[in-house]
Amino acid sequence: MEMHLPRRRLPYLLPHLLPSQLALPPRSLLPLCPQTRSIPIPPMALRAIASRKTLAALGSGLRAQARLATTAAAAAASRGLVTFSLPDLPYDYGALEPAVSAEIMQLHHQKHHQSYVTNYNKALEQLEDAVARDDAPAVVKLQSAIKFNGGGHINHSIFWKNLAPIHEGGGEPPKGSLGWAIDADFGSWEAFVQKMNAEGAALQGSGWVWLGLDKEFKKLVVETTANQDPLVTKGANLVPLIGIDVWEHAYYLQYKNAKPDYLKNIWKVIDWKYASEVYEKECR
Amino acid sequence: MATATVAATAPLSNGFLLRRGPNEGAKSARGLQWTKNQRQSASSRRFGAAVITAKFDLKPPPYPLNALEPHMSANTLSFHWGKHHRAYVDNLNKQIVGTELEAKSLEDIVIQTYNNGDLLPPFNNAAQIWNHDFFWESMKPGGGGKPSGELLKLIERDFGSFEKLCEELRAAAATQFGSGWAWLAFNPRPSDGKELLVVKSPNAVNPLVLGYIPLLTIDVWEHAYYLDYQNRRPDYISIFMEKLVSWDAVGAKLEVAKAQAA
Repeated sequence: MEMHLPRRRLPYLLPHLLPSQLALPPRSLLPLCPQTRSIPIPPMALRAIASRKTLAALGSGLRAQARLATTAAAAAASRGLVTFSLPDLPYDYGALEPAVSAEIMQLHHQKHHQSYVTNYNKALEQLEDAVARDDAPAVVKLQSAIKFNGGGHINHSIFWKNLAPIHEGGGEPPKGSLGWAIDADFGSWEAFVQKMNAEGAALQGSGWVWLGLDKEFKKLVVETTANQDPLVTKGANLVPLIGIDVWEHAYYLQYKNAKPDYLKNIWKVIDWKYASEVYEKECR
Repeated sequence: MATATVAATAPLSNGFLLRRGPNEGAKSARGLQWTKNQRQSASSRRFGAAVITAKFDLKPPPYPLNALEPHMSANTLSFHWGKHHRAYVDNLNKQIVGTELEAKSLEDIVIQTYNNGDLLPPFNNAAQIWNHDFFWESMKPGGGGKPSGELLKLIERDFGSFEKLCEELRAAAATQFGSGWAWLAFNPRPSDGKELLVVKSPNAVNPLVLGYIPLLTIDVWEHAYYLDYQNRRPDYISIFMEKLVSWDAVGAKLEVAKAQAA
């Protein structure tokens, strides 16, 4: 959700940390800073930076937001804090049409996910301060902000990897061991998809529907989580393979109240490469 | 003056929304009085009379669907009222047919199916019907401005100033994570003497379940603002406060609340 960034005085920025001198690619979509950690992304992500379509999507609003996030991240980084950054999409915003519209992809990535990243970094900085001054109540009070925003960052980072344009394999059911496991644990591919869709449709409010691997029992499960709770909140042994965002912002502009239609159509662009890699690694 | 988060109070935590899904609620429902009304169905079979199953109606807002333009578009109203609100009504009617809930008022169904936080399946639909009826009444064309009279007096007593109330309402609406509502409510039995308070609640939960009397609400489910404001919830909240809120309606509800509490 959108939260107000408080007006705050940023720590004094030393001259050598002026944005132009940070290691920013000249026309980057996204704020980066030297000590930024981001979830590893495939090399194809560079295409997102180079693509004219995504660059054209850069409005002044985004630049302002990126500048604010960059400055805040730089300030945090200058104190040795690890900060997170918005991962690039490995495809254009319009590449998942008509299943998911370019308008939704752009807002979802540039506004919603960016907001989680920004607020996650802010919460972590506040956490560090609270720990440093031994303020246990403040530490505890920050937990919900960390769960909301950190969870939002985790979940969306997985989500982008679960999607691919049709011409790059999106929509193709998994082969190999994960494909067989789906048949074994759900009876058939169709039964699995139906279960995901039923759980996603029945979820009240905001949340996610997941295909997860219980790594202790080596079993596949379908689970839902509320709001931005990561899958691990449903079980410490659960590893997310596929997540489908069923917050209204994920589909509303295109599908309006017809959530079941969104769920039916998104399978056309669900990609199984990441899920298969994770599954094979855990089941080795 | 405190902002209460319905989600934070012990039996009302978000944990309930995680732990008790609709199916688990149904299992515990069998142990409660939510049973089939066998006498009614038997009599309808005997007499062959058509049973009227549509118990609740979709109440229209007290103004045309385009009356809140440009602040809340007719497009939004056509989906929000015409699809979402309508679906809650249709689905609740289906859920309660032939059960003892059919004989109850909407408010009674809300309280009963809230079940002290162990939500029963009809709760979501019943509460959302109640919440949306209330939401349309919380707005009016040419809304905004300031309250007056007894309402303003109580606001100034319990919040310090009207501006402080607005600040708290906006903050509650902005920080209700995920889907939910922000409310101005009346507490008939305040422990600190403050009868007015701001409350935020997740999903379908509303202050009725806390024993408070709602006076005003703003819907912060994304479907309430996404077509008009996309991700910009704070802008939507500002416009609601400046151009949509019906302080007349709030004042009227306060009078009823005080009469009930007396």
